[in-house]
Amino acid sequence: MKVTVLVRPKDGILDPQGEAIRQALSTLGYPASSVRAGRLFDVELDVDDPAEAARIGREAADRVLANGLIEGYEVLVEGVPGEVAGEVAEEPAAEAAEEVAAE
Amino acid sequence: MKPRIGVITFPGTCDDRDALRAIGLIGGEPVALWHADDSLDGCTGVIVPGGFSYGDYLRAGAIARFAPMMREVEAFAAAGGPVLGICNGFQVLCEAGLLPGVLRPNHHGRFVCRDVDLVVQRAGSPWLPGLEPGDVLRVPVKHHDGAWYAPPDEQERAEAAGQVALRYADNPNGALADIACVTNAAGNVCGLMPHPEHAVDPALGPVGGRPLLKGLLTLARARSKKASPVSA
Repeated sequence: MKVTVLVRPKDGILDPQGEAIRQALSTLGYPASSVRAGRLFDVELDVDDPAEAARIGREAADRVLANGLIEGYEVLVEGVPGEVAGEVAEEPAAEAAEEVAAE
Repeated sequence: MKPRIGVITFPGTCDDRDALRAIGLIGGEPVALWHADDSLDGCTGVIVPGGFSYGDYLRAGAIARFAPMMREVEAFAAAGGPVLGICNGFQVLCEAGLLPGVLRPNHHGRFVCRDVDLVVQRAGSPWLPGLEPGDVLRVPVKHHDGAWYAPPDEQERAEAAGQVALRYADNPNGALADIACVTNAAGNVCGLMPHPEHAVDPALGPVGGRPLLKGLLTLARARSKKASPVSA
């Protein structure tokens, strides 16, 4: 069955790629105030048990698909949403980076 | 006897030859290592060099850590062997969990390629022998994903343990707290985004890379004596 892993930058983590995309959308006239760019992995697993598929999806996300320091993820089995991990991060780094950007 | 320093080549590595040449210039014996092999070939120091291993697929450095040679490097590091990660090598060592933190895309979204000044943070680091806090080393950077980051508690832990070896005088990439170079808690693994191997020859520019590479040689020499007391 198919397990889908959605990986996103955590809240507060600076996302230069998302910001570049936001500027492109704004140039096209869309009223986009923020874009966060992530990744999607569709993984076909040779398992029939949805719980086992979700477990493998989470483990793979923790071990390689996402870097838990800066990214959170969401696992869907056959398109059905499941557990969400690491959505919130407290982050002074974005401020520090903006200070540098202001130079 | 010259210490044998291994330099690993992955698919997409591009700074391996400069690293090998630099090791030779400062008095080591350079040894080319291949990512798919599983022996350090008697090396007592290792460089994970710069480049774009595996095309930076997934995240910079995320795939290289699964190479057979990296399992050797992990075992070598766990046994106290000196390992230096430069640029992509720094990213690889962070992704492998051998160094704290992670390298994020530069905050300005652009590739940065210029000389930077690195400020020594503490006295007595085996990686920077003879240097004092405040000493400055000029070394080039060239990267897109060079902003070091760790969650606040992990950064505080690294700072308190003296693991921050160098800071940027003028932060080129948005790195947290201007951090340019960190070590692991044990002190035998070291990583930085700037390129010491490009800064060793006065005919080609600044030579601020020499102290760090000499630090690696000193650590490797001490290790080779320990490993083979008879041959010394």
